[in-house]
Amino acid sequence: MLYWDYAAAAPPYDEVMETMEQIMKLHYANPSSLHRAGTEAGKLISRAREVCAGVLSVRPDEIFFTSGATESNNLAIKGAALQYAGRGRHIITTNLEHPSVYESCLQLQKMGWEITFIQPDHTGTIDPLLLAAAIRRDTVLVSVMHVNNEVGTVQPLQAIGRIIKEINPRTLFHIDGVQGFGTFETSLREWGADLYSLSPHKIRGPRGVGILYVRQGITLFPLLSGGSHEGGVRAGTENVAAIVASAKALRMTNERRKDVVARILPLRNRLLQFINTVPELTVNSGDYGAPHIVHFSYPGMKGEVMARKLEELGMVVSTRSACSSKHSEPSRVLLAMGKDAATAEGGIRISFGDAHTLKDVEALEQAILKAVKDLKPAEGGRK
Amino acid sequence: MMKPMESAAFAAAGNSADDADLLLLRFGEFMLKGKNRARFEKRILRHVKEMLIPYPKVQLTKDFGRIYVELNGEPAKELLGALINVFGIASISPVKVAKSELENILEVSARFLKVIAPAPGTTFKVNARRVWKDFPHGSLEMNKLVSTPLLQGYPGLIVDMNTPQLELRVEIRQAQTYIFCENISAVGGFPLGTNGKAMLLLSGGIDSPVAGWSSMRRGLEVECIHFYSYPYTSELARQKVIDLTRVLSRYAGVIKLHLVPFTEVQTSFTGIGQDNLIITLMRRAMLRIATSLAEKEGALALVTGESLGQVASQTLPSMNVIGRATLLPLLRPLVMMDKSDIVELSKKIETYDLSILPYEDCCTLFVPKSPSTNPNLRIIDKIEATLPNYSSLLSAAVALTETLEITPYGNERPESEAGSEERMKEEWF
Repeated sequence: MLYWDYAAAAPPYDEVMETMEQIMKLHYANPSSLHRAGTEAGKLISRAREVCAGVLSVRPDEIFFTSGATESNNLAIKGAALQYAGRGRHIITTNLEHPSVYESCLQLQKMGWEITFIQPDHTGTIDPLLLAAAIRRDTVLVSVMHVNNEVGTVQPLQAIGRIIKEINPRTLFHIDGVQGFGTFETSLREWGADLYSLSPHKIRGPRGVGILYVRQGITLFPLLSGGSHEGGVRAGTENVAAIVASAKALRMTNERRKDVVARILPLRNRLLQFINTVPELTVNSGDYGAPHIVHFSYPGMKGEVMARKLEELGMVVSTRSACSSKHSEPSRVLLAMGKDAATAEGGIRISFGDAHTLKDVEALEQAILKAVKDLKPAEGGRK
Repeated sequence: MMKPMESAAFAAAGNSADDADLLLLRFGEFMLKGKNRARFEKRILRHVKEMLIPYPKVQLTKDFGRIYVELNGEPAKELLGALINVFGIASISPVKVAKSELENILEVSARFLKVIAPAPGTTFKVNARRVWKDFPHGSLEMNKLVSTPLLQGYPGLIVDMNTPQLELRVEIRQAQTYIFCENISAVGGFPLGTNGKAMLLLSGGIDSPVAGWSSMRRGLEVECIHFYSYPYTSELARQKVIDLTRVLSRYAGVIKLHLVPFTEVQTSFTGIGQDNLIITLMRRAMLRIATSLAEKEGALALVTGESLGQVASQTLPSMNVIGRATLLPLLRPLVMMDKSDIVELSKKIETYDLSILPYEDCCTLFVPKSPSTNPNLRIIDKIEATLPNYSSLLSAAVALTETLEITPYGNERPESEAGSEERMKEEWF
């Protein structure tokens, strides 16, 4: 079995698991307790905060730990909306976003907020000028992802950030950085980011923990009330082991980033070229997309059928983002990019990790060829 | 690395910073100090460099009485926020740079004014200065040449040569011409550590960090001394003092913090049956210990956050009796300040939020119901003379003192935790 679903979940580093184990054994005390064991656990969290801040070049008090990127995104969007409702009731996002952003915005829409969904071009890229035209005096927040989780398109964050602040300096800029961290350089300051979400388990860290950067001076309305954890923004006893292990995964991934990209980028390009030579398949990823994601369709063939076939052949792939792959409707992202329904229904996502080799890619290519040959699209499905 | 403070501390106007090419820093009162000036300037340059570590693209140039900070794309407002807190800097101007050619000067001035966007009715004047005498137009001529097109572009501007609201200054030098209008006041004072060293008694309350900052502003190098009474005071109280010192270190780069175990000394006073004098005895013991530490560290004064009349130990008779415990000068920067002003200042230097964290410190322990506001020096002397092992208790406290070097970015841990290495491993991160 070869695993090609790193964008959904990456296997934790051995070091991360060792850290988890040791800390769970030694530091089970509640970090909010006043006794020494508690304060020690608390110190581990502070140190983890410093490490994360160091990796992102921000201040430790700008780092907040949550239960995952879904919570980070929810907290960033709803927390900012509820806190700054006085500035207006308008939010801008895109049709490409991960469900945790998209659905948060829809929820706010039901509460009477006005949401503008920006349409991407056919490569899945947001035109900053299109976004600029949507910014108004009462725009509280703009939320744009760094790298799309289905097709791997990279958004021009710096241009977007600059344009937002130029038109309305009070508008907050949230970036869902989940798929971008680890393959691209993170420059929160240059992007003008006010809020930035990360998910450790996508970068070989533990599950059940998320990171949210909140620029100094911004207050978020807490979604979870309770104790005064995380500066009162996010109540709940901290998951010490996972938090420390996250810091470690963040640091390790950051240190290895350039090497890993240098190694997997040629593999991705090779796979893209190969898929282009198979007449039945169409590539959905752009040429300049993220180095770890390849997305293609077998128009007329349901993605899940193709995925099952590939699994039979020893290749674990997914049909788009794991968070939406149980829906059978066509992909919202592909439709937004102007793909027809047949293409949007038939997506396969291959996502790379640092362990993949040329041999693996060759095996994958053979499997894809065989799957295409063995499967016949439904009647009338193909154009 | 962490950014230095984008201090709300002395929040600047800084409208013209948005588009600035460089920041012009002017030195403060120490400029008058003849022979020492070079040393002062060097010190200030070092401090500026430290504050700019997170901004690798900037370039510094020192000139007579000034430092030029070329931004090269680094964010002007952030830098302004950091540099405004550098002791010894009197003011900062965000500057737009032009070539020393008339045409370019006019062009850049026009763009500069566009960024400022003066409201109609603003009074205005151009103040050109030709430092480079080979420039073909004289200063007075330049005033006219620059202001004429600007006034045509902004018919709402009113010329006022005496007290204009907006004074556009054009400084023509050979290499380049500086155009600026704002003169943002900075913190001033003396460059860091140019007036010797003092020991600051840091309690964890609101006052002492402010006293520390005020001393640093006068060019004193400060080392902090904190007295803790484990188990009566918690680990958290100690961490709070470390965090407070860290905030102070933003203004100093690095600060030594001496943590003095005070439990034994403090409990020795509880058995004497003179509860109303405990505070007086305690403060005197602190001064004695601080004096020993000062001798060890080569400091020539003690600094406290005392303010006249605030609490029983800060009445004049109390201060008299307490102060006799040391021969070193006792500096009390806040002695004549109102509490509300001290609070204000502690918010500005960003120690307030930490100071109000509600942990017991050694001064809130064993506090008698009615502490003496008028202690008698003779009685106090006598009690101290009869306390068993008093002086050895004091010297034990000095000997057991731990010293940490606190930096704005650091993650130093007290030596006492070296043993718990097992329990917090750096390789976990």
